[in-house]
Amino acid sequence: MIGIASYLMFFLTITAILSIAVLGLNLQWGNAGIFNGGVVAFFGIGAYVMIILGGPARAGEFGGFDVAWPVALAGGAAAAGVLAYIVGLATTRLRHDYLAIATFGIAVALEAFVRNATYLSGGAKGIRGFERPLEETIGNPFVYNLFFLALVIAALVAVYAGLSRLVASPYGRLLRAIREDETAAKALGKDPARVRLEVFVIGAVVMGLAGGLYATFYAFISPQDLAPILTFQIWAMLIVGGAGNNRGAVLGTFVVWGCWVASGFGLASFAPPHIQIYAGTLQYILIGLIIVFTLLIRPRGLLPEQLQITTRAASVATAQSNQRLKNWKGDTS
Amino acid sequence: MIQALFDGILVGSVLSLGAIGLTLVMHILRFANFSHAELLSVGAYCALTFDAVLSAVAPPLQTMIGPFSMSFALALATIAAAGITGLTAVLVDRLVFRRLRETAGPLTLVFASFGVALIMRNVIALVFGLHTQRYSDDISFAVMVSADPLLLIKPDQVIILCIAVLAMAALHLLLNRTTLGFALRAIAENPTLAQVNGISMASMVRLTWIIGGGLAAIAGVLYAMDNQLSPVMGRDLVLSLFAAAIVGGLGSVSGAMLGGFIVGLASSFAILLLPAGYKPAVPFLVILATLYLRPNGLFGEAR
Repeated sequence: MIGIASYLMFFLTITAILSIAVLGLNLQWGNAGIFNGGVVAFFGIGAYVMIILGGPARAGEFGGFDVAWPVALAGGAAAAGVLAYIVGLATTRLRHDYLAIATFGIAVALEAFVRNATYLSGGAKGIRGFERPLEETIGNPFVYNLFFLALVIAALVAVYAGLSRLVASPYGRLLRAIREDETAAKALGKDPARVRLEVFVIGAVVMGLAGGLYATFYAFISPQDLAPILTFQIWAMLIVGGAGNNRGAVLGTFVVWGCWVASGFGLASFAPPHIQIYAGTLQYILIGLIIVFTLLIRPRGLLPEQLQITTRAASVATAQSNQRLKNWKGDTS
Repeated sequence: MIQALFDGILVGSVLSLGAIGLTLVMHILRFANFSHAELLSVGAYCALTFDAVLSAVAPPLQTMIGPFSMSFALALATIAAAGITGLTAVLVDRLVFRRLRETAGPLTLVFASFGVALIMRNVIALVFGLHTQRYSDDISFAVMVSADPLLLIKPDQVIILCIAVLAMAALHLLLNRTTLGFALRAIAENPTLAQVNGISMASMVRLTWIIGGGLAAIAGVLYAMDNQLSPVMGRDLVLSLFAAAIVGGLGSVSGAMLGGFIVGLASSFAILLLPAGYKPAVPFLVILATLYLRPNGLFGEAR
């Protein structure tokens, strides 16, 4: 019984952490239409910087600053923002495909970097031995995991509330205006390139926060955690849940992560050994199929984007915008 | 130095072939196709299969061509693989991309192409196994062309370069000397006007995929001859191909050719400066430098 409860807590903790990253992506893609092909880079740099700032001193390597955990976490998130700023500066003004390619590139480059820059990142062996906040004070591992779950859920609620407010604010309206018609937004005196860069950075900070929580939970980070599959998983979560809808983003995380965990468990328990070596391969195909089929069959996801009605007399405009939204999202129904 | 130059040109010729198809697709269908690199794997593994079948059916074909470790069977298999890969690309377009083109924006297609890449790569791994393979188990010895400066060249590398250049020349003739090529360039230049003049968009899209897939297959075989076959070769090459297309300017075939060589040379010279482990990051640096210095690439137009 305690085993099942522990496992459930573990599952919920990871789901909550991934939900935060999916919410960050939802701000970028769902609301502003910015394509981020390197979610794992921002997630990863948040994780690494958090653990380097707050982690133990490693013989002959950089680190051991003994920074308090909340500060280290914020540092990781800020680093993700800086990275996004550097990449975004070159790309948010350009065609969307360039951003897709450049962000995909930064994920590959960052993985190569942490794998080799042993002095900074511990190289392929990663960084272990992180002291999780209050772990010694609490003592009991079960209680600690419960505490950590509560902590992560609190972070999720805070991010959710913050992003929902942002999206409902005039700024959120500006984002959707730029997504729908950049020229029109420009004509109204807005600066789409700057706004896109801002949103790209905010989203990346949220992803960096998720990465920092992830590294805290495992008390360990290595280049293995920066595998590109994480980007695709996070996308699949957003697309399944419904881009543009924060509730959908969280729901999608549950569904896709549930499928991933269940398929891994199923293959490990029931598949014959000669199939088991292909368990990862089969799971990757599953993620690919989820992405492709959702886009083909239910492009707006389980919980489609709801239009924010901002004035009472806007019902006609809302109906029109809803139609345009459908066209943009590619709904055939 | 001269060794790095030669290696760069060799890798570059393979990248050029792959990038041409990518840039054509990006220009005509207006989306960044992240599954293009998987067509290289499809081509390489198709050739492996045909090579095995041909060698079994007609053992005399196993004789090697001259001093090279390419057999007649593999040469024929490559031609067949180019055809099959072109058809695969058309099939994927019909199943996924064409449906999305009708209903959704270009970025949805980019999303889908990542999904397609995951599926293709891992289905190949399921069918052919996760291990690496080679076309020929014979060890091909490098010939020392000069001792100082040191230059080692394998006979295979000469044939790789020749085939790549031949394929590019053939494409150049196709695009610049045939009606089909004119039609394709017209569609790329101005789709509406070209369609008014009676060029069928659907058949040009098919042609784009067939050319792109065929060239990708040849590139895949050449890459696998120089290195080895592995289900993740597409994943390893995708960024270099994009870098080549971006440096050259999206949509420019000659740009993609030149871009391939530039990325190949950058990667091989980077090893002189950086530890080898950083090599995967080089294409990204090339992309970033291009976007900062010359956002539309060498031969691209602003769009």
